[in-house]
Amino acid sequence: MIGIVDYGCGNLKSLENALEFLGLASRRMSGRDELLAVDRLILPGVGNFGHAGAELAKRGLADALRERAAQGGPLLGICLGMQLLFEGSTEAPGIPGLGLLEGGCERFAGPGLKVPHMGWSAVDFGDLSGAAYFVHSYFIPGWPEGRPAESVGLASYGHPFLAAFRSGALGGFQFHPEKSGSYGLNLLKEALRWS
Amino acid sequence: MVMKRIIPCLDVKAGRVVKGVNFVNLVDSGDPVELGARYDAEGADELVFLDITAGIERRDTAVKMVAAVARAVFIPFTVGGGIREVADAEALLMAGCDKVAVNSAAVRRPELITELAARFGSQCVVLAVDVRRYPEGLRVVVDAGRTPTRRSMEDWLAEAQDRGAGEIMLTSMDRDGTGLGYDLDALAAASQGLRIPLIASGGFGMASHAVDALTAGADAVLAAGAFHTGGFTVRGLKEELARAGVEVRPC
Repeated sequence: MIGIVDYGCGNLKSLENALEFLGLASRRMSGRDELLAVDRLILPGVGNFGHAGAELAKRGLADALRERAAQGGPLLGICLGMQLLFEGSTEAPGIPGLGLLEGGCERFAGPGLKVPHMGWSAVDFGDLSGAAYFVHSYFIPGWPEGRPAESVGLASYGHPFLAAFRSGALGGFQFHPEKSGSYGLNLLKEALRWS
Repeated sequence: MVMKRIIPCLDVKAGRVVKGVNFVNLVDSGDPVELGARYDAEGADELVFLDITAGIERRDTAVKMVAAVARAVFIPFTVGGGIREVADAEALLMAGCDKVAVNSAAVRRPELITELAARFGSQCVVLAVDVRRYPEGLRVVVDAGRTPTRRSMEDWLAEAQDRGAGEIMLTSMDRDGTGLGYDLDALAAASQGLRIPLIASGGFGMASHAVDALTAGADAVLAAGAFHTGGFTVRGLKEELARAGVEVRPC
């Protein structure tokens, strides 16, 4: 069973459709106990970092997710969900992320750079490289120094940024695998085996 | 770097694709789900469904279609046609499309763009703009090109962008259906003042037309008939674009 954290931040339908297409059973979850018990867990998210971070905290889910990660339980963050695995974001300076990884998000800025970064960009992710569909205004600059990772995927928009990673049972995609065609579906399936 | 996009557009009426699509080995050439999945597999970067259903049952049939398409298509897709208020857009987005396109209703009531952007975010809001060339310049036309307005293209695009449109789909009614190529002057003029992506529409007939449009300032090219009738495949077009030095997503 794959749990999808349901905390009122974004439409979960596309992700559910993708999992169904892959033949994987999923269920929306919003309670501490089920978040800790389920085999696989996805933290999705669309919208504002501050709103999402506050919702996770208010619903008692931030602590549950930290506890799950401390126990080595698999957790895959998608889009804003990946950003939330880190410490914070300049989008909402007062709202902490889950702090499972060091670093925070910054906003894209630069002459001629259209924000949000929206569309298909190349992801350099070793054997799992391809082109993926992104929609985001904030980014994680890179992988935390000195922290081990099985693989780190970078994309570039004005400059390189963190597009994907796998580190033990933790994984993250800044792009939308559920909207990235067959590349994204294969990647999603692969990531749901990481432990 | 964002890759240039190829976007097939499908007209649907009461949940069925109209203006026949002649794919080979297609069981049901009018099924939006089957066609959408086919284009996804062929390398389309995005899809647009234009709902031309009239009458009160429009929203229900559109929502049903979107829900079915979303279960089989895993690239972004936009739905346009008949969206007049936030509730129309909400029903479609909740059913699983990624963006909604508004056109005439936004010209008549520009606040619609502001409302949609505030509620769903600009990334969900595509403004479709139909233009026709008049002696005094490019003017916005509405009601599928039947009704001229006094709006200049430049003026409307500037306002729409300020109101929070996330993307502009610019159709030249002079070129639409001709296969003579996109209106490059219109695209160049439109892209001048835009900070948001521009989709070229109307006139595609050969690969060089796409290259020209993307060079003139478009971020994506949209075509309907050329793909549907089998004269062009998305894959073939992408190969030609790549040969011309345009960065596209490999199929």
